[in-house]
Amino acid sequence: MTNTARDNILAKLNAAAPSKSFDASDFNVLKEKQLSAEERIRKYKEVTTAVNTQVFDLDRADWTQKLEEILVQKGVRHMLYGPSSHLGRNLEENWQNKDAALVPYNKAMEECKDILFDIDAAITSTLGAVAETGSVILWPTKEEPRLLSLTPPIHIAVVEADKFYTTFYEAIETNQWAANMPTNALLISGPSKTADIEQELCYGVHGPKELIVLIIHD
Amino acid sequence: MGIVNGKNFKGRVSEALKDQELRGNFRKAMDGLMTKRAAQFEDVDEWTRLRALGESIKKRALSKLPELLVQLEENLTKNGIKVHWAENVDQANEIILGILQSHDVKTVVKGKSMVSEEMELNHFLEPHGIKALEADLGEYIVQMAEEMPSHIIMPAIHMNKGQIAKLFEDKLPGTPYTEDAAKLTEIARKELRREFAEAGAGLSGVNFAVAETGTLCLVENEGNGRMVTTVPPVHIAVTGIEKVVENLSDVPALLSLLTRSATGQPITTYFNMISSPRKKGEKDGPEEVHLVLLDNGRSDVYRDAETRDTLQCIRCGACMNHCPVYTRVGGHAYGGVYPGPIGKILTPQLEGLDNYPEHPSASTLCNACVEICPVKIPIAKMLVRLRDENAGNCPHGEHPVKGRGSKSSAVEHASWKGWKAMNANPTTYKVATKAMSKMGNLMPSSLPMLSEWTSVRSKPKFASQTLHDLVKKMDVKDD
Ligand code: SF4
Repeated sequence: MTNTARDNILAKLNAAAPSKSFDASDFNVLKEKQLSAEERIRKYKEVTTAVNTQVFDLDRADWTQKLEEILVQKGVRHMLYGPSSHLGRNLEENWQNKDAALVPYNKAMEECKDILFDIDAAITSTLGAVAETGSVILWPTKEEPRLLSLTPPIHIAVVEADKFYTTFYEAIETNQWAANMPTNALLISGPSKTADIEQELCYGVHGPKELIVLIIHD
Repeated sequence: MGIVNGKNFKGRVSEALKDQELRGNFRKAMDGLMTKRAAQFEDVDEWTRLRALGESIKKRALSKLPELLVQLEENLTKNGIKVHWAENVDQANEIILGILQSHDVKTVVKGKSMVSEEMELNHFLEPHGIKALEADLGEYIVQMAEEMPSHIIMPAIHMNKGQIAKLFEDKLPGTPYTEDAAKLTEIARKELRREFAEAGAGLSGVNFAVAETGTLCLVENEGNGRMVTTVPPVHIAVTGIEKVVENLSDVPALLSLLTRSATGQPITTYFNMISSPRKKGEKDGPEEVHLVLLDNGRSDVYRDAETRDTLQCIRCGACMNHCPVYTRVGGHAYGGVYPGPIGKILTPQLEGLDNYPEHPSASTLCNACVEICPVKIPIAKMLVRLRDENAGNCPHGEHPVKGRGSKSSAVEHASWKGWKAMNANPTTYKVATKAMSKMGNLMPSSLPMLSEWTSVRSKPKFASQTLHDLVKKMDVKDD
C-alpha cells in the first residue's frame, strides 16, 4: 500500500511541478547581523534572563567551586553528569563538596529511569550560545546523553565565553552543521514553560524548572 | 469530540456570539498576542526583508517539492529513520496502527500535531485498545474536556482558569478545585511524567523537515515534545508533505518568523532537531524513528499555481490572532481542524467546498491576515477565488477545487446577470437608479435578499437624487 501511495503522490506532484524555478534566497538580512564578542554575551544575557534563565560569569580557575556554592544555595543534593565527557572528568577532578554528590549517567536509560526522573539537577556542556535568541546549543552525545537536559528539575549548562554566535544562522554556517548532524541537536532557551492556562506563564511544566547557565571565562 | 464538520457554521457562529464568557476569553488572549507580536517586529525593515526571505524559502521548496521529498526520504533512510507515505488519513492511521501493534504498544504519548488532529488519530486508535494521550498542556486540557483545539498554537485558549479548574477537579480523582495556574500546571506535570516514562511509543508533528540532512525539526516550549521523542522506545512523527525545506540553512529564518509571529517570543524554549534513532553506544533516545508523510489533498492544492500558495503556511497562527472574525467567534465555530483565515482557505481545499460551504464567505476581506502572514500567503485573494468557485463560476477549469459550486444559486446568478445588464446600458442604468431614489426606501427590510443583511445592520437609505443628477446640478465639469 505504502509504495503505491508514494508513487501516486510523487506522480501527482511531478505532473504539477511548476516550470518556473526559484532563485537562491537572499540571506543578507541574517548575514548582516554581526555583534562583537562582548556584545554577543551582553545580548545573550539580556534575552535569556528575560525568560528566567540564571546566568553566572565564572573564571576557569575556580568555576567548579563556584558551582558547588550555587548548588548548596539551591539545596541540590545530587547532580547527574556524564562521567566520560571532558566536562565530567573536570568535575570529578575538582569536586570537593560532600553536600551535593555527583551521580554519573553511565548506563542505558532503561536501566536508570528511576534516577533520571528523580534526580535534583544535571549538568551538560554546550556547543556555544546564540545571542539573538538567548539560546544554548546542545548536541547530546554518548558521553552526555539527551535526558541530562530534560528530566531533572534543574539543568546547568556550561558555555565557553568564546563560543557565542550572533545568530542561529551564523552558528549553522560557521560550523557547517549540515555536513554532520548528530542524532539530536537542540537549542534551549530558558526553562520549560507554558502559557496554556489563560496565558499565564508557568515554568517547569515538563522539562527543567530552572536553567542555570555558567559562562566560563579564561 | 467529533465536531469536525463544516455544516451549520452559521448556527455555531450565533451560539458563539451569544457566549459572553467565550468572547471575553478570546478577546483578552488575542489582544495580548497582537501586542507581543508587534513588539517583535518593531524594526519594519527587518520584518520586510525577513518576511521576503521566508516567502522565498517556502516558494523555492514548493517549486521542487517532489524532488525534495525524495531527497528527504533518501537522507532519512540513510540516517536510519523509516519513511512511510500516506495518500489519505485512512492510510496514515493504518500505518501508525501497524507500527504500534508490532511493538504491542498500549499507550502512545503525543506532542502537539495538527496533522494527527486531521487524521482523528486518537479516535481511530481507541477501539484498537490503544490510548493516545496528549502531552502538550493545552491539548491535555482539551482532551480531558473531550473537545477539539480552538487554536493551532494555544489549543485551550477558549477556556478560562475557572473552567479548567473545574475540569481538573471533575476528571482527575483526588484533585481539589484550584484556579492557581502554577498548581494546575504542577498537577499535569506529575500526571504526565509517569506516562512519559512508561509509554510504549511517542508521537509528534514536524515543523520543518530538512531534505539536505534528513532532519526533523520541532518547535515547542514545554518539553513534552522532547519527552515523547526521547523517552519511549519508538518515535513516530507525522507531517503533511508541504513541510519539507531544502537546506538546513533555510531553517533559522523560518524559525524566527514562526515563533515571533505566533506568540511574540524571539524563539521557543526548545528547538529540537532529530536526525536519527539512538545510535550504538548512545544511552537514550528511541530505538526506532518513523516518519509518516501525509498527502490528504495537498497534492491537489499543489496542482494550481494560485492555490499552491496555501502550502507555504508555517502554522504560526498569527492570521487567527489578528482576524476580527476569529476573535469574535472563536476556533470551534469553524468546525474544522484549522480555524481562522488559514482554515478558511485550507480546510475547504482539503475537505471540499461542499463540506465547508461557508468558509470562504466567513471573512470581511479586511486584509489583516494578509498583512500579518510571515510568508505572505495571499489569503484574501484565495478567499475570493474560493467564493468564485463556490458560486459555480468556474473559469479555473483545469484545476478546480474539490466540491466547487456548492453555493451555486439560480437566484443569485440571475440577480448578477440583471445587475450586469443594468450597468452595461446607460438608459437602463438611468431608469434603475431613478427608480431606486424614488422607491428604494419603500422596500420592506423583510424582502428575501435584504432580510439577512438588515438582521444585524440598518437598512441602507437611498438619496432622493441620484449622483448623476447632483453632479449635473452642481455643474461639475468633466475634465
Ligand atoms: S497563513 Fe500565514 S499567518 Fe496564518 S498560520 Fe499560516 S503562516 Fe501563519
